[in-house]
Amino acid sequence: MADNERIKAGRLNKSEIDEGFLDLHPPLPRSEALIEADRCYFCYDAPCTIACPTGIDIPSFIQKIRSDNIRGSAHTILSENIMGGMCARVCPTEILCEEACVRNTHEEKPVEIGLLQRYATDPILESGTQLFERSARSGKKVAVVGGGPAGLSCAHRLAVLGHDVVIFNRDSKAGGLNEYGIAAYKTVDNFAQKEVDYILAIGGIELRNESPLVSAGDLDKLRKNYDAVFVGIGLGLSNELGIEGEDLPGVENAIEYIADLRQAADKSQLPVGRNVVVIGGGMTAIDVAVQSMRLGAENVHMVYRRGPDEMSASGFEQALAQTSGVTIHHWASPARIVGNGHVESVEFKEGLKLPADVVFKAIGQALSAEGYGALQQDSGRIKVDVQQRTSIPNVWAGGDCVAGGDDLTVSAVQHGKIAAIDIDRQLRKT
Amino acid sequence: MADLKTSFLGISSPNPFWLASAPPTDKAYNVNRAFEAGWGGVVWKTLGEDPHIVNVSGPRYSALHSNDRRVIGFNNIELITDRPLKTNLDELRQVKKDWPDRALIASVMLPMNAESWTKYIPMIEDTGVDGFELNFGCPHGMSERGMGAAVGQVPEYIQMATEWAKQAASVPVIVKLTPNITNIVPPAKAAQDGGADAVSLINTINSIMRVDYDSLTMYPTTDGMGTHGGYCGEAVKPIALNMVAEIARTRELAGLPISGIGGITDWRDAVDFLALGASNVQVCTAAMVYGFKIIDDLVDGLSNFLDDKALTFDQLVGKAVPSVTDWQHLNLNYIEKAVIDQDLCIQCGRCHVVCEDTSHQAITNSVDGVRRFEVLDDECVGCNLCVSVCPVDGCISMQQLTSGNDPRTGSAITEEKLRWTEHPNNPMRKMD
Ligand SMILES: Cc1cc2nc3c(=O)[nH]c(=O)nc-3n(C[C@H](O)[C@H](O)[C@H](O)COP(=O)(O)OP(=O)(O)OC[C@H]3O[C@@H](n4cnc5c(N)ncnc54)[C@H](O)[C@@H]3O)c2cc1C
Ligand SMILES: Cc1cc2nc3c(=O)[nH]c(=O)nc-3n(C[C@H](O)[C@H](O)[C@H](O)COP(=O)(O)O)c2cc1C
Ligand code: SF4
Ligand code: SF4
Ligand code: SF4
Repeated sequence: MADNERIKAGRLNKSEIDEGFLDLHPPLPRSEALIEADRCYFCYDAPCTIACPTGIDIPSFIQKIRSDNIRGSAHTILSENIMGGMCARVCPTEILCEEACVRNTHEEKPVEIGLLQRYATDPILESGTQLFERSARSGKKVAVVGGGPAGLSCAHRLAVLGHDVVIFNRDSKAGGLNEYGIAAYKTVDNFAQKEVDYILAIGGIELRNESPLVSAGDLDKLRKNYDAVFVGIGLGLSNELGIEGEDLPGVENAIEYIADLRQAADKSQLPVGRNVVVIGGGMTAIDVAVQSMRLGAENVHMVYRRGPDEMSASGFEQALAQTSGVTIHHWASPARIVGNGHVESVEFKEGLKLPADVVFKAIGQALSAEGYGALQQDSGRIKVDVQQRTSIPNVWAGGDCVAGGDDLTVSAVQHGKIAAIDIDRQLRKT
Repeated sequence: MADLKTSFLGISSPNPFWLASAPPTDKAYNVNRAFEAGWGGVVWKTLGEDPHIVNVSGPRYSALHSNDRRVIGFNNIELITDRPLKTNLDELRQVKKDWPDRALIASVMLPMNAESWTKYIPMIEDTGVDGFELNFGCPHGMSERGMGAAVGQVPEYIQMATEWAKQAASVPVIVKLTPNITNIVPPAKAAQDGGADAVSLINTINSIMRVDYDSLTMYPTTDGMGTHGGYCGEAVKPIALNMVAEIARTRELAGLPISGIGGITDWRDAVDFLALGASNVQVCTAAMVYGFKIIDDLVDGLSNFLDDKALTFDQLVGKAVPSVTDWQHLNLNYIEKAVIDQDLCIQCGRCHVVCEDTSHQAITNSVDGVRRFEVLDDECVGCNLCVSVCPVDGCISMQQLTSGNDPRTGSAITEEKLRWTEHPNNPMRKMD
């Protein structure tokens, strides 16, 4: 992003910025974890487990925290969700496991499942303790396209089941949006890469970064050279507003700015506008708005075309934006972006007009289908069945790139796991 | 406010809460603080012959904790007083002078010969104490020297030592019993036969807390070695209550006053002991865990309870004793079923899984495909397991069947009582 008078780095000093990017939910010390674990009722057929997209046996892992059996607890978590560490940080628990917790009925305060999950997994990832063993080698080879949560989860499970895996990844680091997208204060201290390292340590997985597969010929080759293919390429395109002024300097894709932010060695060197307008109502919009604020923007306005209930960002995320100083406007759609050589303001159909040095577009992403046209689609994404099978034999897909998902890390992990189990079943038949 | 001023064996105190003989009553400093806080009386830390014993200088105590480190049970290997007799006697004399309205009892432990008792009892009584408590209960250390529980486990010794004490004392004598026996009645009877004015119980229960998971030695140790201690605190209350009730309902022991001890932490615990036959109570662990201030809740909790129930203190004492009987006298025709209040149920499913796995498969996990927990009356045996595990107070209750048939057995409900003594399945039944 341009660095000029209106958009510049250093609006806050380094320590102020560091403070804004501290761990959003600091880890529980043992004393607090034990008390919190004690609040779990060890439910039968636990509603929290049913609500977890990866089906982690939550009462069991909490029970093991109570008895200081941390290795056992982490094993319970990671055997259903190899990204249990990241999910503990980024899952919108208030609409998943914690929403289902029976403690809500009892006292409107669920067990802090996310924080307990982090308590159990952090020491294992920190020490690199290997909890899994590979089955006897099958001699089969699987290609995984995309090294995000879906691809990594699939690869890990396949490796555990005895197959060899090659991951073809577009970016220079694996982790997908864990590395390039998730808000920085949710995953501090380079956690995304620590988790990638932990996953790869199982062995049998070859990671090839900067190896995008973008032509139909690529997919054909993979199908020929490998026993199975899993596609987990996420969403490569950002949606456009399609309005006047969209090309003005200062109008940015939120996703790209966030990726720069996540990769910045020193956040105080990142340019930021004084007046920032964010268009959109999802997690990306919230994240770019809050992070702009924490980088030193003076006014951040987030504008969404519908009401708070329709926002895909959860209530907790919306509240986080508001307490961070972001002003949220509902029921307003942009009409045009105005500026002379650089964006100056945004005008909305409903009459609202906001001054802007930067406008972030955060109205969703779309599948970049180049090279994957042979796979049948459904509402713009790859169509799969309940086993994550695509329309082409021996090709599975999962994560954000498939239709019918909810665009969460945890769901991508589950897709990868289900696909791996089905691939294993198929490979053992032949 | 109900009047809690009580007289136990003619020894009056502003309330029935005494501190048991233990560290809280070790010396004048502690006892003065206890009386300032409002305790009704103290049983001084057990006195013995000079030269005084010595304690280990490592861990004496250890605890069974809940996850939030609440102390549930407590273990100790402390011996009797480790100070010279004269120091204790001087302090007893001064304390009685300073606190004339409080009960001051001297706990004693002496060797099994008449001379010791004849020599020391009058010497101690001379300080002005209101009574004696004979420590026949200490289960560690002292018992290895032929005192404490070593006496308390042999009824003949109890009787003998009690007689010696009674001959030498002009103030009342309480005999403190050990729970480390199979039947509490013979030791209590021996005390009574020896002339005891009352019994107090329980002292601590032989215990080893756990092992150290690193060294795999017992825990705690003194220089690598450990020994069993005495268990007390909340965890022991049910054991103590049973022993108190056994004494209270034994005909031959009728009229023997009881000072109840063991796990008393709040006023409800005191109500348990009083209703089951104790006419005063003693506290040790709760004070060691929370400090003397807990007396506030003990006193006004009990007083408010008596007001609510419109009972006097004396009316509460022994109130529940008639409800305690032998198993063989329970009415086998009486039938209860669990009933779940669906408005209170938070759907944790605990009742279902415990009944399914370990009881009588009498609670559903779904009804018409929807998660729902309902009792099946044709399977429920009324065991109270689900009530015990349900995390919501009052959500499951046991309700009596008063008419029709028991859906489980098909037999008609009757008001007629049927006890095991008359039950057709009892080969030894008494025929009328
Ligand atoms: C800003 C933002 C914030 C978010 N916050 C949260 C949150 O707080 N909680 C939450 O649960 N979810 C959040 N999400 C959603 C979550 O990040 C995604 O659902 C998840 O990362 C999807 O995983 P994936 O593996 O399907 O795709 P991605 O994470 O997108 O990974 C795709 C991978 O495929 C690679 N790739 C792409 N194209 C190709 C190609 N042609 N060839 C080879 N490799 C390719 C990429 O390099 C990348 O490694 C957020 C998303 C965004 C954008
Ligand atoms: C550390 C400690 C030391 C004790 N010392 C004595 C003692 O010297 N004499 C005695 O009669 N009982 C002694 N006891 C037993 C207590 O007086 C009391 O009977 C027992 O702890 C049960 O009551 P509680 O559950 O309220 O603690 C001691 C108990 C503890 C915990
Ligand atoms: S629903 Fe809540 S209380 Fe029940 S098992 Fe899950 S976390 Fe524990
Ligand atoms: S009372 Fe016992 S048998 Fe009846 S439902 Fe409860 S647990 Fe089952
Ligand atoms: S244990 Fe209690 S709260 Fe839980 S399902 Fe049963 S009745 Fe409901």
